[in-house]
Amino acid sequence: MWEKKPILLLVLATCAIMVGTIVTMILPFAWVNTEADRIEGVTPYTALQQEGRDIYIRDGCNNCHTQTVRPLVPEVLRYGDYSKSGEFVYDRPFLWGSKRTGPDLARLGGKYPDAWHYKHMESPRSMVPKTNMPDYGWYSNNLLDPQMIQRKMETLGFPYTAEEIKDLEGKNDMDAMVAYLQKLGSDIPWRDAAETTIVGDLVNPYADANQETISGWAPIYADNCAACHGPNMEGEIGPELIGEDYDDEILFTIIYTGITDGGMPSFSNLGTDKVWKLTNYIRTYQAEGSQ
Amino acid sequence: MENQTYNYAIVRSFVTWSMIWGLVAVLVGVIVSLQMVNPDLNFPPYLTFGRLRPVHTNAGIYGWGIGVIFAAFYYIVQRLCKVPIWSDKLAKFQLWLFNATITASAVTLLLGYTTSKEYHEMEWPIDVMVVILWVAFSINIIMTILKRKEEQMYISLWYMMAAIVGVAILYLVNSAAVPVSFFKSYSAYAGTNDANVQWWFGHNAVAMVLTAPFLGMFYYFLPKTTGVPIFSHRLSITAFWSLIFMYLWTGAHHLLWTPVPDWIQTLAMGFSIMLIAPSWGSVFNGYLSMNGQWHQMRENYLVKFLILGITFYGLQTLQGPMQAIRTFSAFIHYTDWVPAHIHMGTMGWVSMICFASIYYLIPRIYGRELYSIPLADLHFWLTLVGQLIWSISLWIAGVLQAGMWNAMNSDGSLTYTFMETMVEMYPYWWARVLGGVIYMAGLVIFIYNIYMSVKKGEPTAVPTITTEGRA
Repeated sequence: MWEKKPILLLVLATCAIMVGTIVTMILPFAWVNTEADRIEGVTPYTALQQEGRDIYIRDGCNNCHTQTVRPLVPEVLRYGDYSKSGEFVYDRPFLWGSKRTGPDLARLGGKYPDAWHYKHMESPRSMVPKTNMPDYGWYSNNLLDPQMIQRKMETLGFPYTAEEIKDLEGKNDMDAMVAYLQKLGSDIPWRDAAETTIVGDLVNPYADANQETISGWAPIYADNCAACHGPNMEGEIGPELIGEDYDDEILFTIIYTGITDGGMPSFSNLGTDKVWKLTNYIRTYQAEGSQ
Repeated sequence: MENQTYNYAIVRSFVTWSMIWGLVAVLVGVIVSLQMVNPDLNFPPYLTFGRLRPVHTNAGIYGWGIGVIFAAFYYIVQRLCKVPIWSDKLAKFQLWLFNATITASAVTLLLGYTTSKEYHEMEWPIDVMVVILWVAFSINIIMTILKRKEEQMYISLWYMMAAIVGVAILYLVNSAAVPVSFFKSYSAYAGTNDANVQWWFGHNAVAMVLTAPFLGMFYYFLPKTTGVPIFSHRLSITAFWSLIFMYLWTGAHHLLWTPVPDWIQTLAMGFSIMLIAPSWGSVFNGYLSMNGQWHQMRENYLVKFLILGITFYGLQTLQGPMQAIRTFSAFIHYTDWVPAHIHMGTMGWVSMICFASIYYLIPRIYGRELYSIPLADLHFWLTLVGQLIWSISLWIAGVLQAGMWNAMNSDGSLTYTFMETMVEMYPYWWARVLGGVIYMAGLVIFIYNIYMSVKKGEPTAVPTITTEGRA
């Protein structure tokens, strides 16, 4: 019958389409982003952070980076605590993404010091030689438009102060982007909860390794440490390592657990074996450097 | 001589423009695939991967996909209803608005005006253009159907009508936003809600743009080409209603393991598996319509495109539900497996049907035979080989990277850093460039063949149509 009645077909098709739509798209509004979802400490973006977020959108960063950590073991180990609904209540639009050409950024905030981000955005390959991320040094030449940003804050209904808007004068896209990246995922104190604790005695398994063996571990240093401490340990974003004289256990602990407040990330996800190799490599090299 | 009253001029225009946008989409696709292997090919601010990739996807979906839908359905609706389209003027307006919209989309996306929502990146003024465009098309199609001279509506028209409604609902809901300026707006939904609405839209854009109309085209062009009717009318009815009912539940399979409520994910997973049935209903209907006609695969280049198209559709609708299973999604999601899956659908299923439709239409709207069948055969093989290289290499890449992301040492630490897994992708990304270039070569040959047919093709044996549109 409906095959001869176009209006009836349109009505029936609309009904068929609306059932799933109502159940899976409209109904969830009753639960999502409600009081039950609320997480203490999650705050709206500041004017500078929000502008950074809009630049992230403008340049399509979400085409290569996701912003949601799934509750899966390798994922939590790699990026940090899994994402929770209440962390995203101020995100318009959401930026979870669908493809990880680059790493997930949901827990990036506070992982590295600002200087790391400035250098990395300017020239990603200077820190990660084989990356395919394009250079964003041109951000430093784009001055922000405080009036426009104020309008955005008004539209979003986010709190801001006149002083905050005035401070945007002279700041550029790069400053905004770094401010945004440093906010990502840091509203909940997950880093404290996820801090690694070392139990038991630390015994250097490579105490007897010879010079030749140890120099073979150079690539581990180059891949993980050189970006901040320099290819020859001369220091840059992080301190110079030559001349430092920590013993094996302390150096291992610093690398393995990181110095959360000092901008040194934890490298526990490399595993104890690689961290011991790094410890021995750095100590051997330090000895040479201090001679 | 009733044919002479049909408006074929509008069909010709949409064929031409859809091919132009198709070439743009594929060309930009090849460019961004090269940017993936060499970051020095990014030219900021306008020509960076992040800005070009939406141009590629939107030119492909809206310029090429919807362009061919407009062309094919303006033809099909007139033939199936045995009346000319309701309004020539509205159709002409729609053609201009279509090109203005696609052009404006490409320009604004390169300028960085984007909402970031996938397959819906364009800012709100362009949303308004799209809505007017779709309303114009819908009115013209529905009014033509209402004044039809053939009482029974054929399957193709059901699919188009469902898509008309579906696209309207999806697009309107997902574009709700609060404007800050002419070029910037914020989504009406926040965080998890926004994600859920977006992927309800995203997955059903696949249903209502890249599936329903193309099934309608397949159901029309296959019997027309082979000369034998569709195998089962009853099967097509069952498949139609269950398809448009089930699709809408599945959007959250793009959001498995995210903060979206668990029960929505579970429903999405279940309905995704069930979707195999209606999808394969159409696949079987297509295959069984070939009973006794399989020899045409050798003899008729058009049948090859149609049958390979529906084959890709069948593979796509098996692979998709597999990815929608939580455990498999946990492993494969966010890797290059995903673009490989999408491109099997777009380069295989959708584009094969687009090519077949245009090949079928050319003699009928221009009154000239195809310029070269060997070139069409070559086009077929380049399309097939290009697409297979593209997808197979990235399936391998996806499994490889997923394996490396998940690899753990005996002490519970991760075996590989992110960069160690990324550098392994380069050879496969090069293979993708190769697949894309082969595919583009096929597309260029296709456009050349169509151009030469229009210019130099032999007049069709029975000149049943005029080339001047409506008498």
